[in-house]
Amino acid sequence: MSHLRKRNAPIEPLSASNHNKAPAPLVGEDTTKRATIGLDVMTYEQLEEFGHELDAVRQRVLDDLGQADADYIRRVIKVQRVFDVLGRVGIFFPFFLPVFIAGIVCLAVAKILENMEIGHNVMHGQYDWMNDPVVDGKKYEWDNVAPAQDWKHGHNYIHHTYTNIHGMDRDIGYNMFRIDEAQPWYPSHRVNLPLAFLLMLFFEWGVMYHGIELDEYLGGRMSKSEFQARKKRAWQKVRRQVVKDYVAFPLLAVPLIPFTSWWVPLAVLGANFVANILRNIWTFIIIFCGHFPAEVETFTEDEAQNETRGQWYLRQLLGSANISGSRPFHVMTGNLSYQVEHHLFPDIPARRYPEVAKDVHLLVEKYGLTYNSGRLSKQIGSVVRQLAVLGRKPSDPYKVGNSPESKALRREKREAEKAAREAMANA
Amino acid sequence: MGIVRKALASRPIAALTSPHTIDHYLDQIHPMLAVQHVRARVVDVVHETGVASTVVLRPNGAWTGFKPGQHVEFGVEVDGKRRVRVFSVSSSARRKDGLFSVSVKAHPDGYVSQYLHNALAPRTLIHLSPADGDFVLPDVIPDDLLLLSGGSGITPVMSMLRTLRDTGHSGRVTFLHYARSREDEMFSEELDELAASLDFVRLVRVYTREPEAGAELTGRFDLVHLKHLEVDPTSTLSYVCGPAGLIASVRDTYDELGAAEQLRMEYFKVPTVDLDAEDATGTLTFDDSGIETDNSGSTILEQAEAAGLTPEFGCRMGVCNTCALKKNHGAVRHVITGEVSASTDETVKICVHVPVGDVNVAL
Repeated sequence: MSHLRKRNAPIEPLSASNHNKAPAPLVGEDTTKRATIGLDVMTYEQLEEFGHELDAVRQRVLDDLGQADADYIRRVIKVQRVFDVLGRVGIFFPFFLPVFIAGIVCLAVAKILENMEIGHNVMHGQYDWMNDPVVDGKKYEWDNVAPAQDWKHGHNYIHHTYTNIHGMDRDIGYNMFRIDEAQPWYPSHRVNLPLAFLLMLFFEWGVMYHGIELDEYLGGRMSKSEFQARKKRAWQKVRRQVVKDYVAFPLLAVPLIPFTSWWVPLAVLGANFVANILRNIWTFIIIFCGHFPAEVETFTEDEAQNETRGQWYLRQLLGSANISGSRPFHVMTGNLSYQVEHHLFPDIPARRYPEVAKDVHLLVEKYGLTYNSGRLSKQIGSVVRQLAVLGRKPSDPYKVGNSPESKALRREKREAEKAAREAMANA
Repeated sequence: MGIVRKALASRPIAALTSPHTIDHYLDQIHPMLAVQHVRARVVDVVHETGVASTVVLRPNGAWTGFKPGQHVEFGVEVDGKRRVRVFSVSSSARRKDGLFSVSVKAHPDGYVSQYLHNALAPRTLIHLSPADGDFVLPDVIPDDLLLLSGGSGITPVMSMLRTLRDTGHSGRVTFLHYARSREDEMFSEELDELAASLDFVRLVRVYTREPEAGAELTGRFDLVHLKHLEVDPTSTLSYVCGPAGLIASVRDTYDELGAAEQLRMEYFKVPTVDLDAEDATGTLTFDDSGIETDNSGSTILEQAEAAGLTPEFGCRMGVCNTCALKKNHGAVRHVITGEVSASTDETVKICVHVPVGDVNVAL
């Protein structure tokens, strides 16, 4: 090994080494200042204990991972592949409507299972412990126009680390909607609801666009080369997905024309289009219901700086919402109906969330916390109401985007705070 | 099968199955049906003398064979987790029945080698890599050959010897093997037979701890041993495989004689995990960038950054999986859970894993 260059590593401050606690995800400039998340309901000591208890819950599951979890994900993959093949075959029978429709439904179910219970969860690294390349989060590519790499950056890292922190979590309203009181209102928010409806239909394209992070590039927070690389990856993935659904499979139907009719390839294309839209609608609903019902809390950078692990957990708990339902429903949501548990433990296999939820409930009761859960209809209603109500121009000028009035108000508030701080320092 | 295999691996098929591969679908029909993934069924597990086992395997169509001396990554699933280790192929490359075997000595700390020895049953599915390695016999085999091995390092040279037997080799082969004792030796009975039946091979075994009465040679490797066997290192193509100590002394001997050109070496080591070690030990190697550092005891991510690398990372708390990468070999400990894992070729999050001893990562 003499050809290797040798460089030794000093141990850095703020290191995860030699102690059993990883550093806080958001570190402020002033590291002596403590985060204030949860202080309205808990003391720092309680937050610490809360963190340890959740760590223990996680550890219990990790120690118990084994054959049953491996069998489960492989069974889901098997079922998904069967639906996929059935769907792909079914849509070649447009002249026999029941089979054609069943084909579309099977294909949509296959795409939903692939995106939710398999793709989303595998890409979180939930099954990396199996050491099986088929379910390796690093290698997995999903059936969606958003390239896995950029989605994982925006979702696994940004969204799951800085969950619901304004200015950091780009998933709050996806830079399109006003879904939270603390977001400033802009005139474009008048179309909150119709825009959300459009996004619902073409959700995978929205996810792809979100992953390119055009806003970060335009804001000067991303280099041009990085942006170009994202565009290139997205373009490649889009091409592959479009070729498969709208070129390759319709082409396969061309040889059928002499036996059937000229429009069969078009029907195959249309079936793929509809299946994609059905999948989009479903994923959009589950994701919006997991984060945007009215009672879900959001946070400021200031509150979250230098938070402890307990506070990180608490932020995940308060920032997510569950949807109650039957077991097949949970599987179809990728167990993201257990959004709270998913946010507490994003990297443990999703099939464990129902069992983990019991422990979380006990802790929520013990510390008197709120746990947002409800039927799908209730959560959808809440999201729609949020979009509708928050889309209207607020009477409070402070909440209006870039108007001169709101700017002046904000400046005033900043100055008042500064004066108060100085007064404190002088006193 | 060739045409079907090619067709299934073609671009039009890939366009239809994107973003997955055809193997992901074939897998659901039958696990041995795979275009790219090499898999095998265990045909038999033969307990060799001592604590070693030979696992006889029937590979699927994706297996393209091996050259004697090469090794494979051998992945077996235990309790939902695929454990991967690298083993040398021990069988002849000229076997007529299409089977091949790996031979493994059960190491007291070796999870997989213990499992193979004690629990592996016929019909178990094994995940393999294609055979790999440069420690192989040349296409044209010279008249004089020296095969030198120590301990379980015998497996690749055993494959060479068996292949030479099956190809009707006529040159002179000296086979010199060091083991602690006869009990500790693999393939003892077959070696006895080969010594008696093959006239082209001079087969000498040295038991370093418990020499047999009237042994031809005793003690550790020495130039005297080669002289006694009338091997001229400068003109004999030589292969040595075994523990680092043996290889070092053979290498030094060849260097001194100016015969380094003739020597082919393969290290053979079982990853050992020293959990009691308080201090950081060993070397952390960043394989892709060709950098190695003394393990400082901090996380792999921190050590990589300190060495001037810029690995991808995200949350730095083990949540987001951004920093996950392949650990080629060695053992790592999770800083939060304390769990130690030592599989070859497994994915680890480098922000929450510290190396235990020598570790090599794909970075």
